[in-house]
Amino acid sequence: MSVRSTITSLFEDVAREQGRRLSPLSDDLKLLQSGLDSLSFALIVARLEDSLGFDPFDSAEAVTFPVTFGDFIRLYESHPR
Amino acid sequence: MWLWGSMTAAGTLPSATLQGVDTVIRLADLASQSIFAARLEQLRGRCVVLAPSDQLTAALALIELDGVARRVVLCPPGLPDEHLVLVAKEANADACVADSAVPDMSRLGVESIGLPEPRVLAGDVDRRCSHASEWILLTSGTTGAPKLVLHSLASLTSAFARQPRSSETTVWSTFYDIRRYGGLQVLLRALHAGSMVLSSADEPVPDFLARAGAATVTHISGTPSHWRRALMSGAAGRIAPRNVRLSGEIADQAILDSLRAAYPGATVAHAFASTEAGVAFEVGDGAAGFPAALIGAPGAVELKIEEGTLRIRSAGNAVRYLGDPAPRLKSDDGFVDTGDRVEQRDGRYYFMGRSGGVINVGGLKVHPEEVEAVINSHPWVRMSLVKARRSPITGAVVTAEVVPADAVVGQAERPANEQLTHEITELCQRVLAAHKVPAMIRIVPALAMSAAGKLVRPNA
Repeated sequence: MSVRSTITSLFEDVAREQGRRLSPLSDDLKLLQSGLDSLSFALIVARLEDSLGFDPFDSAEAVTFPVTFGDFIRLYESHPR
Repeated sequence: MWLWGSMTAAGTLPSATLQGVDTVIRLADLASQSIFAARLEQLRGRCVVLAPSDQLTAALALIELDGVARRVVLCPPGLPDEHLVLVAKEANADACVADSAVPDMSRLGVESIGLPEPRVLAGDVDRRCSHASEWILLTSGTTGAPKLVLHSLASLTSAFARQPRSSETTVWSTFYDIRRYGGLQVLLRALHAGSMVLSSADEPVPDFLARAGAATVTHISGTPSHWRRALMSGAAGRIAPRNVRLSGEIADQAILDSLRAAYPGATVAHAFASTEAGVAFEVGDGAAGFPAALIGAPGAVELKIEEGTLRIRSAGNAVRYLGDPAPRLKSDDGFVDTGDRVEQRDGRYYFMGRSGGVINVGGLKVHPEEVEAVINSHPWVRMSLVKARRSPITGAVVTAEVVPADAVVGQAERPANEQLTHEITELCQRVLAAHKVPAMIRIVPALAMSAAGKLVRPNA
């Protein structure tokens, strides 16, 4: 499964579990307008760490925090494995 | 000194405002007008539980009640009714001020005083100080019921009372709710130094930042989780503060660097404070952790480390806990144990999380025992262990390991693991606040026990 499809299905799973209505996912969707809250994102990042084996936020350098869904995917796709 | 007296003495009142989402109050108007109007005198000398539904009303009521009420109990947002009753009882309250329905507490001798139309200033009012009001703040306890922490105006303002007054115009804001310690600190500073923009839980982050930006906010604070959310909102550029402050959670290097990059003109500092220990210190050198030289240094705030946790003694410490019996707040030598574990590396101390397994989710404390009690109430659960998992978004998330029961009387077959975790999650969602619900549940065959037969908790 590609990073993109892993992330997309996790957004859907977490939204369902948290009882939140997820906006249609597109690259320019703003994360804070996706219907998910901080706790949901925390959940997604933790599960991605379990399935992909890394956490791109865990860096000694300043992290550019993703604003859109596309930024979020690129943060994971561009991370060295 | 009482709050109104020290606010007027500070000299910033004539031009100062308190800004809610859609209401702006000029503080100078409070000299002759009140949200309580004639009812203020009915509250003189009484023990008042303050439970309004919004921050602006709470802030105005605090300004009005200090020096008037004998004791003010400040309820945080979302306090469940059963806890409100417990708190009123424990604080010996005889009045409850609210603008929405609260449980009838007349059998406890608590009179309900409504605020029919909040935020409207009216009437003629006597701002005379007749009482050295006690301030009661609530903090989360192990069982889920809040602990009552007694402060005075002097202890709450000690962190800035000794600082020189700035001649520049300051506009303060915070992502925090002012009904909790961190937000209350910002409110009290603002009331002595300028204006303030209040946040609201219902307001989207970009809207709040736009409002703060329009008010030319100069000083703004929040937890690292609040700030990560602001950076993810795409609206961080709506404000151009001079002073950016983080507290309430461990500030890691990544968030400090990200904020310095987002606000190149600002001082970015992280501070340590807690409801019980008060404000301890601020670190402005841009690095995570704090200089080891702070430990044992003489000064108004004394720090020491014992059994791996940070201890603080200062005039900013709370006075005591309330309750019967009241838990102990300070050791014999007057230090308050913060429960925050620290570790020294290369001349700096770093925060390592909380002792006793307490989990900090976005600045809100979670006691594992409370969550475990809920999980264990599921018939197919024998025992559980709740612990923290580090999160770059909220600092930590709650996770649970669950040992299922082998057999349950009257029930044929154990649900499959997936079904069981689903049921436990639903149970927790029904009973607990969202940040306390385990983000991940793992079904395990057994949990480690100590020789004394207790669950082995990490870092406990």
